[in-house]
Parts: sequence; C-alpha cells; structure tokens
Amino acid sequence: MVNFILNRILQSAIVMFVVALISFFLFNFVGDPISNMVGQETTVHDMNALRERLGLNDSVIVQFGRFILDALNGNFGISYRLQRPVDELISERMPATLELVFVSAVIAMVLGVAGGLFTGLKRDHWLSKIILTSSLVGVSLPTFIIGILLIYIFAVKFNWLPSFGRGEVVDLKGGWSTGLLTVSGWKAIILPSITLALYQTTLILRIIRSEMLEVMRTDFIKFARARGLKSRDINYGHALKNTLIPVITVAGLQIGSLIAFSIITETVFQWPGMGSLFIQAVQFADVPVMSAYLVLVAFFFVIINLIVDLLYFVVDPRLRSEIKN
Amino acid sequence: MRKEQTLTWWGRFVDHDVTYSFLHSPVTVIASIVTVLMIIAAFCAPVLTSYTPFVPGSLNLLDAFMPPAWEPGGVSEHFLGTDGQGRDILAAIMYGTQVSLTVGLLSVLLSIAIGIPLGIIAGYNGGWVDTAIMRIADIQLTIPPILIALMIDGVTRTSLSSEVHELVAIPVLIVSIGLASWPQYARITRSGAMVERRKDYIAAAQLIQTPTALILLRHIFPNVVGPTLIVATIGVAVAIIIEATLSFLGVGVPPTTPSLGTLIRIGNNFLFSGEWWITLFPAFTLVVLVLSVNLIGDWLRDTFNPKLR
Repeated sequence: MVNFILNRILQSAIVMFVVALISFFLFNFVGDPISNMVGQETTVHDMNALRERLGLNDSVIVQFGRFILDALNGNFGISYRLQRPVDELISERMPATLELVFVSAVIAMVLGVAGGLFTGLKRDHWLSKIILTSSLVGVSLPTFIIGILLIYIFAVKFNWLPSFGRGEVVDLKGGWSTGLLTVSGWKAIILPSITLALYQTTLILRIIRSEMLEVMRTDFIKFARARGLKSRDINYGHALKNTLIPVITVAGLQIGSLIAFSIITETVFQWPGMGSLFIQAVQFADVPVMSAYLVLVAFFFVIINLIVDLLYFVVDPRLRSEIKN
Repeated sequence: MRKEQTLTWWGRFVDHDVTYSFLHSPVTVIASIVTVLMIIAAFCAPVLTSYTPFVPGSLNLLDAFMPPAWEPGGVSEHFLGTDGQGRDILAAIMYGTQVSLTVGLLSVLLSIAIGIPLGIIAGYNGGWVDTAIMRIADIQLTIPPILIALMIDGVTRTSLSSEVHELVAIPVLIVSIGLASWPQYARITRSGAMVERRKDYIAAAQLIQTPTALILLRHIFPNVVGPTLIVATIGVAVAIIIEATLSFLGVGVPPTTPSLGTLIRIGNNFLFSGEWWITLFPAFTLVVLVLSVNLIGDWLRDTFNPKLR
C-alpha cells in the first residue's frame, strides 16, 4: 500500500511539474512581461534595468527553477490589471469559490444519491420516469442558461432571492470570509449553488441508478433475499455499498469540474470568487493571474484524484487484501 | 412476398432495420425534423429573412426594444421582437445558429481528425507508443474541456493584437474546442483498434507485407470509425454548449458575428429591465438545438450498439 501511495504521489508530482512548465512558458513567452508592467513613457534603459532586476536575462532553466521556488512559496508575481500581488488576490477570493463548490457538492451528492437509489430500486414507478426524463433535459441545459432562468424566475419575477453577490460576509480568523453565517449569505448562495449542482446531480443520479440496477441482479443480493434479510438492509447495507466505487470516481472528478464550472456560475451571478477573477484575467490578458489559476486548479485536481485513489482502499476490501498478499 | 434482387437502393433503405427502428422512435423522428429545420433556417438565413441584423447600417434605433408580436406593442414584422439596437431577434437567432453550428461541427471534425489517427496508432502498436498517447489523453481528460478551451483562447488573446484577434476569433475557437476534446475519440478508436489488430485478416495483411500505413488506413480505419462517429454526434452537442458558454463568458466569438451564446450574453443585460425576449429566445433555441442533437445521438448509440445502455 505504501508503494501504491508513493507511486500515485510521484505521478501527481509529474502532472504538477508539466502544469508548472506550461504555466511558466505562458508567463514568460506569451507577450512581453516587461511591456505589460511599465507605462508608456519608460525609457529603453529603464526597461532593460527592470528586465535585469526581474532576472529575465538569465537562462531559461534558472528562470524556471526560480518560478517553481516562487510558486511553492505562493508567489505568482503581480497582476497586470490590478497591480496587486496575485497570491493576495486569489486568497481573498478563494473562500467564496470554495463555499460555493462545497454547498453545490453537498446538494449534488444528496439529491443524486437519493434520486439514483429511488429510480434504481423502483424503476417502473411514475416518479422514476419523470426524474429520468428531466435528467436528460438537465444534461442538455448549459449551466449559464440554468442560471439565467433561475435569475429570471426567482429574482426578476418573484423577487424572492438576490441575483448577484454573496450577501453579508463575516470575517473569520485567518483571513477567511464566510457567507454561511448570515441569512443574506444563505439566501445569496441558494441560486448559484443549485445552478452549479444541477448537472452534477443528473450525472451522479444516472450512475447510481445503472449501478443499482446491475447490483440488484447479482447472486449475492438474491441470496440475501433468500436468507430473509430486511429489504432495507439489502438495499442500503449490501447493494448501495457495492455501487460506491464508480460513484466515488465520478464524484471526485466532478468536484474538480465544479471548481472549473464555477467560472460560469460566478460570472452569471457576479459571485466574487476565483472564477470571475480568472475570466477577467482572460479578457484582459492578465497572464500572472491566468498562470496562477492554472497551477492552483491543477493542484486541486491532483489532490482530489489522490484522495479518490486512497478512498478506493477504504471502500473496497478486495484491494486491501490484494495489497497484503 | 418480397423479391430481394429487384430491390433498388431506395427499397433496401426503406426495408432496413435502422430505418425501421428510426420510424418507430417518434422522439427521434421529431428531434431529426427539428434539427434539419434548424440547419435549413440557419444556413438559408440570407434567403429566408430580409433583415441583415449584423450590418450596422441597416438597423434603425427607432425599432429598438420591440416585444414579440403577441405582446402589447409588438408588430408582426418583428415576430420575436427586437433588441436594444433594433435588430430583429428571429433573424439574429438564424444567423447566430449558423455560427454555433459551424463552430460545433468544425471543432468536432478537428477532434476526430486528431483523435482517430492517434487512437489507431496507439491501439495498433501498443507498447510505449500506446502508453505515451493514452497517458496524455488521461491527463487531459481529468481537466474539463471548457477550461482547456478557455486557456487556449486566453493565450491567443494575449499574443495577438485585438484587431487581429477579432479576425481569427472563430478559427481560434474551433481549434481550442477541437484540441480540448480529442481524448475521448482517441480512447474509443484505440479500443476498437486493439480488438481488430488480433484478427486474422490483419495477420494475413501483415504476412504479405502490406505497409503498416496501408494496414492502418485500409483495414483498421474502416472497421473502427463507426462507433467514433456515433459518439461524435453527441460531441457536436457538447461542442455547441462549450462554444455558447465561452461566447457567453465573453471570450468566444466577437459581437460582430454573434453566435447564440453571444446573443444570450447581450440579452442578459436587459433581463432585469423586463426585456426578457432578447435573451430567452436565443437561450430556448440553443436548448432545443442541443436537446435534439442529444436525442439523435442517444438513438444512434442505442441502435448501433445494443450492448450500451
């Protein structure tokens, strides 16, 4: 097991290295960083001095080494557009995105598992058919259209919920600002989190359903029935447990894509998170912010994948015994 | 009694299993009719409508913010109303669908053009070539295509001046979506090629020393291309969604040649002031288009691959 974990960590390190390389080339060779930093009236002499001071005349390998060291210390340079350190900008906006992703992930897991179990266990129930049909429509609805529709219905027509921002925010220790402690914060997170969760919900629902249908046909479930176990024990104790592996895989990948898809939701709802910071960076060609976001998102992906791989051991006893032998 | 030998190609077509299954799936028939109508409306837009919504000189600001014909204040000349610059919404949607469809189809073609050769090479050769190609595909698959497309688009935006970028925006978009989605086609083609290469006819071809390139092109390719094309149908729907999303975020096609996503983005600003038709009609068109293509794709998958549910 230690070998397996080390192997995975090594693979993750390789992925991070490649992402850092791309991000480094993005930063250094797309456009001229110097001309992006200085004003119109700077002389050539001053520009050369700045170039020397920032170490842009060193060899590529030296520069890359320095980039990695800086990145490990959380230093990604200064935003061209906002003229502030990138790490400061990102850490200011990270709580908003992570709270949104967390709430959406909970919604998607709860609704997805519940709906998947229901449609899997009672496949001929009329409600199952409605749930399945609407899940196909859900897949065809782009995230931003869901957002627009929700805004139109709940914010414009009925005026029940706010359509932008995260409401009143409370500052916690350690620079974390949370919207989850105020009523207006909860009101503000409802629409964006539903928007973000909908696609993921349908995906998890469909996987649980097809896995449940498959597991219910297996011999060990028939045997459990023959033994006269309660249906509840069979359904949740035996069947659900055996559907968990694909669900964990997909759920893990989906949390990663929630972070990426939060770009869209944050734009629609003007949510002050990392995603809207990134989209502004793309629009204004703010390369330091773009490369920092790329590294950070890749880091999240790698960590999530690592956790998913480790969770396999927790849920699958076969893997544990395989490793022991 | 049916006489096999006298059947024309049309007769065989009508008699075929696939035709039967198609005609007995009303949802698919409706979805196909809707899709074909939308394609016709999009690409025949210059013939079907006299409005030229994206020629600035032809717009009249006095026509701005007209509601749809059935609402109070609407006129029948602008059936779905007009936007803030007096553009006819229906005509704008027709031209916008044209851009959306073009980007969707061409980017899927690009993904296929990259994915199929790489998949065939990986599956046929095996070994380190296979490992290398599939590792790259695996890593790329963990990152959502929309993020990759955003990155590629962002890089070109940075390295080109804004005038040049406006000119190449649509090709850049096609390339970024195409590059972002090749791994899934490579995966399907690879698994097909791995099955085919163990068959006798390939061994026979190898025995008479057919050049490898010829084996791949003449023998493997025709046998693995089918499933890939079926997945590509759903791929078109996904590509249209990605394009619309990028355009909505303001990094896709420029407002001078708007796609459906751009129209929704423009209209979104008027949602709060009550001009819902500017954004909701393009949005509805997009959803119907994507849903129809998805339904056709689902049907194709079920018909040609009964093992898949």
